[in-house]
Amino acid sequence: MRIVVPGRVETHILSGMTERMHFEHNIVGGDFTRAGYASSQVKKALKTLDVDMAIIKRTVVATYEAEVNVVAHACNGMMIVDIDGSTIQVVIQDEGPGIEDVEQAMVEGFSTASSEVREMGFGAGMGLSNMKKNADSLHIESEPGKGTKVEILMALDGREEVRSKK
Amino acid sequence: MKVKEIVRILDARILCGEDMQEYTVEKAFASDLMSDVLMLADDNVLLITGLVNMQTIRTAEMSDILCVVLARNKKASREMIDLARDGGIILIECRYSVYQTCGLLYREGLKPIF
Repeated sequence: MRIVVPGRVETHILSGMTERMHFEHNIVGGDFTRAGYASSQVKKALKTLDVDMAIIKRTVVATYEAEVNVVAHACNGMMIVDIDGSTIQVVIQDEGPGIEDVEQAMVEGFSTASSEVREMGFGAGMGLSNMKKNADSLHIESEPGKGTKVEILMALDGREEVRSKK
Repeated sequence: MKVKEIVRILDARILCGEDMQEYTVEKAFASDLMSDVLMLADDNVLLITGLVNMQTIRTAEMSDILCVVLARNKKASREMIDLARDGGIILIECRYSVYQTCGLLYREGLKPIF
């Protein structure tokens, strides 16, 4: 039986002006009916913070691609979101098969997805490159046989700042 | 093109978002591959698809697509309709094939993204 733990949300007001938000969501491998739930929560949170719509779209497209990858390939995973006054950091980590060659996986069209995943409208080998296109900064660590950790960083006030932080 | 015109041209049925028929889409995109839909950067896009599952609605939600036409007489599940309603997405069912749906809307002036 699969048990889904509801996300934990903590909101703090810092120095009267800047809002800080932290939340975590479980991602259940293989459960395509719920794929996208965590990203949907991210979108709702960013909307309440009045984040620019174009930044929200780029953020959630990137997190959704990552979430679908966890559902498609891993046993289970977690999305951890931290938002402060200047950046959105989303870490998606899973216990799964890992990626043998991240550089190869980044190439558009490279895919190891099952036919079930393709029937859901994914698995065309475009997820990672689309994540890179939408994220201000994308970092992927993977250990074959153990799992994958994806870090997506978004700047709330311009891309360059986040890129230079890396 | 307004949603109410799309419904009329396609002789279609609105499943949710009946109160948003004045919403105007600027361009349309047809695909059964959600990965392709997620690559789009445009706003005010109509999605025409024959892929009918929860990820169709999730993809529209993430891509800020507010109107989705389900072609080929495909039927949306109750869960899909609830998710679309929750996300403020207008969901439409039509009996035409994707090709026919696109042709009818194109003839009436709805432009493609590319």
